[in-house]
Amino acid sequence: MCLAVPGKILSIEGDDPLLRSGPVSFGGIVKRISLSCVPDAREGDYVLAHAGFALNVVDEDEAEKVFEYLRQMGDLPEPAE
Amino acid sequence: MKFIDEYRNEESVHACAEILNRITTKPWTLMEVCGGQTHAIMKYGIDQLLPKDVTLVHGPGCPVCVTAVELIEKAVAIASLPEVIFCSFGDMLRVPGTTIDLLTVKARGGDVRIVYSPLDALTLARENPSRQVVFFAVGFETTAPATALAVAQARRLGLENFSLLVSHVLVPPAMEAILSSPDNRIQGFLAAGHVCTVMGLEEYEPIARRYSVPIVATGFEPLDILQGILMSVQQLEEGRAEVENQYARAVGHRGNTEAQNLIREVFQVVHRKWRGVGEIPDSGLGLRESFARFDAENRFDVTGGSVEESSLCISGTILRGIRKPHECPAFGTECTPEHPLGATMVSSEGACAAYYRYRGRGTGVRNAGSREEGTNP
Amino acid sequence: MTREKGQPMPGGIHCPMPFSRYTEVLMAHGGGGKLTHDLIENLFLPHFGRPDEGPLHDGALFDPPEGRLAFTTDSYVVQPLLFPGGDIGSLAVNGTVNDLAMCGARPLYLSAGFILEEGLPMKTLELVVRSMGETARSSGVRLVTGDTKVVDRGKGDGIFINTSGVGVLDHGLRIGPAEVAAGDALILSGDVGRHGIAIMASREGLAFENSVESDCAPLADSVHALLKAGVEVHCLRDLTRGGLATVLVEIAEAAGLNVQLDETAVPVANEVRGACELLGLDPLYVANEGRFAAFVAPGDAARTVDILRSCRHSAGAVLVGQVRSEPAGIATLKGRFGADRILDMLSGEQLPRIC
Repeated sequence: MCLAVPGKILSIEGDDPLLRSGPVSFGGIVKRISLSCVPDAREGDYVLAHAGFALNVVDEDEAEKVFEYLRQMGDLPEPAE
Repeated sequence: MKFIDEYRNEESVHACAEILNRITTKPWTLMEVCGGQTHAIMKYGIDQLLPKDVTLVHGPGCPVCVTAVELIEKAVAIASLPEVIFCSFGDMLRVPGTTIDLLTVKARGGDVRIVYSPLDALTLARENPSRQVVFFAVGFETTAPATALAVAQARRLGLENFSLLVSHVLVPPAMEAILSSPDNRIQGFLAAGHVCTVMGLEEYEPIARRYSVPIVATGFEPLDILQGILMSVQQLEEGRAEVENQYARAVGHRGNTEAQNLIREVFQVVHRKWRGVGEIPDSGLGLRESFARFDAENRFDVTGGSVEESSLCISGTILRGIRKPHECPAFGTECTPEHPLGATMVSSEGACAAYYRYRGRGTGVRNAGSREEGTNP
Repeated sequence: MTREKGQPMPGGIHCPMPFSRYTEVLMAHGGGGKLTHDLIENLFLPHFGRPDEGPLHDGALFDPPEGRLAFTTDSYVVQPLLFPGGDIGSLAVNGTVNDLAMCGARPLYLSAGFILEEGLPMKTLELVVRSMGETARSSGVRLVTGDTKVVDRGKGDGIFINTSGVGVLDHGLRIGPAEVAAGDALILSGDVGRHGIAIMASREGLAFENSVESDCAPLADSVHALLKAGVEVHCLRDLTRGGLATVLVEIAEAAGLNVQLDETAVPVANEVRGACELLGLDPLYVANEGRFAAFVAPGDAARTVDILRSCRHSAGAVLVGQVRSEPAGIATLKGRFGADRILDMLSGEQLPRIC
């Protein structure tokens, strides 16, 4: 239930949604992940992969909001890259 | 790594901890539901960054830990059959049934294989038509879509040699079981982020209302967990009890509807027995009638039998958040990762194993530096 | 000369003459008779070299070198036999060479005992033996004696190899956990986790589309460079199964001191990290085959890093920790966010997890 890791979709294969999948890169190591349940995902998107299956596309805007929230609440400096 | 490293950043984590310390004025008890969150809390020492007034209790969010002993006995029996290739996630292999675990079955000649995905088990089935491939389908709602997909593909391919031993469990009924217990002390929940990625937030709203507890969908990196705690405490300090979303980069309010449809197509809600807790009604997933032929419990004639747990083991109270691992008299003595008495010590996700690994054995050596000494270098 | 295992020699010719008319290993190849003799003459000796003097004999003879001797043995059972960045043969040579180097010894001679499974393709055996010969030559050691047995099909895993090695300490230093002292610097020779991930990435059920290369490598030259430069080396230990963490726990216990590791300083290659994140593995516990930890006097820390970085197989050397007197006998991880936590020994192999 827990271990899902963000990876970058390198390409997408398969027209049939049940079989849709593609190689996803996790920091350079590549694993084929099912993309059945992320029909809007595009090459270059980041997906959360769990047990060989993409759970969702990572929302990059929301990702940044975590830091905005902290900046509003306190005096968090610019995050280190 | 993108979307991971930023949430482990020391400055951000300390900033968040500082805000939390500032806004906490009363004692609060929170539960993090997911084993992966417990693991991160132990590993990064998050609990030591919290104000003294905030107590974290570790919930039953370890699907490996809560798999009923009867099911493990069935797994052991099926895996011992010569025609079977038994596939499982790695962390399931060391969970003992009444006597032995799947790793022992492997040592005795059973064909037990670790897979990363149920789809890998499906591939094994296709490549080994003369063998029966059985996949141990363990996991919360996060894993159910992957299992559902494997079964749906198996049906499409007309595979006769693939089946599942199903042990999927659901989070909301477990939360309700905890909240409705007379000795409940939990005042707020960090909901399991990846479960919410699949299922969305809607099913938590009635729970938040009925029991008047804040529920915050929370991620798994140190910053996520701290922020989830911060948001929960903020609600408690303000007297609110709502469902909020810390993990918005992965969780949408409605979740992943394709994944939910897939689950609904293949599975139905069933009663399930949780190891150390007992049966919780409507708390599990089982295969629908239309997929019954893929159910290993139908395909193989194995009986689980009724099982006695060790009387020393207090896993149940730990899973319900009533006691902590170091309060168990057997912790670090009769019960260690090498010879575990119950599920919470076996799985690396279990609260007891996490405590043992990151905090040392026994109450003597809790950690290698106290909170006062632990300053950021 | 670097060449992908199994690839043709430069010039495009791949072993022009088959060394045996058998395509598979038979029971008779371990029987001590003609087939065994052919295997020795046509496969082992051409790759390992003939004895300096006289005919083949039951044992190798040599004059004792000046200095204390080091002696070690190890057995190799890796699966798959051939993996990215190495094979069971290069592993068997490097592993024993490295154990000798960790004693502070200059490796001299190796023995090689083979247990082959009936039915093993000769091509595979040849690849492995060739690899051993090449690896030995590049480390400056000689394979001087050996043995071959064959077991029934199904009773072996293709190939098991045992290598034992003799080396000499050309110096008077005592190197070992007893010499480790509070204040010592802990230096790592390079990034961790490659070998374990390389193996895992080639295994069914966990396979990745690409792979990481194993870090299988000889470490004797790096050690020799340190000793020659007069660095005050207290202890050396190569990382193998159980990874960096296991080594540190062992040494802390043996030395009765605290070994404190700065986790953020430990280098991990991106792909190794990605694989570890995906499988839920901790890189600190993943196997390595070409990395070592060095405990040196604090004043020598910077020099050690510089010297190691100038050597081919320790180019990624970095300072990663220190030795303290308390908490005694335990290895600890410097807390990223505050308090330290205890580094423990794993019980059993680290398994990929779902939670």
